[in-house]
Amino acid sequence: MNVVVNGEKYTFDKTLSLKELIEALGVNPKSVVVELNRNVVAKEDFDSTYLKDEDKLEIVHFVGGG
Amino acid sequence: MEIFVNERKMVVDNSTTLFELKSKIKPDADVIIINGFQTDADINLQDGDRVSLIKKGEIPDESELRYLMMARHTPGVYEKLQKASVAIAGLGGLGSNIAINLARMGVGTIKLIDFDVVEPSNLNRQQYFIYQIGEHKTNALKDTLLNINPYNTYITENLYITAENAKEILQGYDVIIEAFDKAENKAMLINECVKHFPDKCIIGASGVAGVFDTESLKIHKIGKNIYIVGDMVNEARPGCGLMATRVAVAANIQANLAVRYLLGEI
Repeated sequence: MNVVVNGEKYTFDKTLSLKELIEALGVNPKSVVVELNRNVVAKEDFDSTYLKDEDKLEIVHFVGGG
Repeated sequence: MEIFVNERKMVVDNSTTLFELKSKIKPDADVIIINGFQTDADINLQDGDRVSLIKKGEIPDESELRYLMMARHTPGVYEKLQKASVAIAGLGGLGSNIAINLARMGVGTIKLIDFDVVEPSNLNRQQYFIYQIGEHKTNALKDTLLNINPYNTYITENLYITAENAKEILQGYDVIIEAFDKAENKAMLINECVKHFPDKCIIGASGVAGVFDTESLKIHKIGKNIYIVGDMVNEARPGCGLMATRVAVAANIQANLAVRYLLGEI
């Protein structure tokens, strides 16, 4: 499965859920907002959303400060 | 033809010039503004022109002051913003600056939400004063906003926003601004807003610490109407502080995005 995350190409040998992708990237799931093919995915749906080949994701990883 | 002088409608001869109008209405005026532009040059007036004549040092009566404060606005902007509402979640370096500039712009209803009180380490970047130390940020900022522009409505809510109460606190506003400090709270607020208000304009920030080049502060658009301002990298951490100059730039990029959205420009 090939997906593009923040403009970078990633290849996985199995289908991943969004939750599994976030874990694989080593990002804190509590600090992210995820856009999948131009739509923002609700946090509750990370587990049940399975990625497809050629999906495009933007994972906004928030950092503190304000 | 019909023109507006200090927001009052007037009928004048078609050949009237700006200086003729001034000598007739307010000969001692030393600031002349036409359609949002301050000028020293005489010109022929056109139908529908908006002219403001101001005498420096004079405090005009209340009905005039409201409009003279907006005399340098591009015509039409104030009228649109007066009808708009913005909720600001978090009144720190981002939120306090955003609130002040949206109040100056004339956003009609501004909701101010924070749980905290003013303390000394806020004063390197947040829009509070020494005498306000210990006051709730909501009340302290509302006082300041009323001194800047008393013609908007300011609503305060002194509490900590959570996933459970976010919907109730933020519903009904045209724009929601995320101006929190902690990364997880930022993401929580955006995610809650996406869930409850999928069509709302939401403007957040991430990566505003330090004194790095302000050109690295970018606008990242996600989904339909979500904008995140910042360099997305530079977090507040030991050795990398939060400081007035750069935080205020990010804050005002957020505020300007809100204005552009409310004017239908994005």
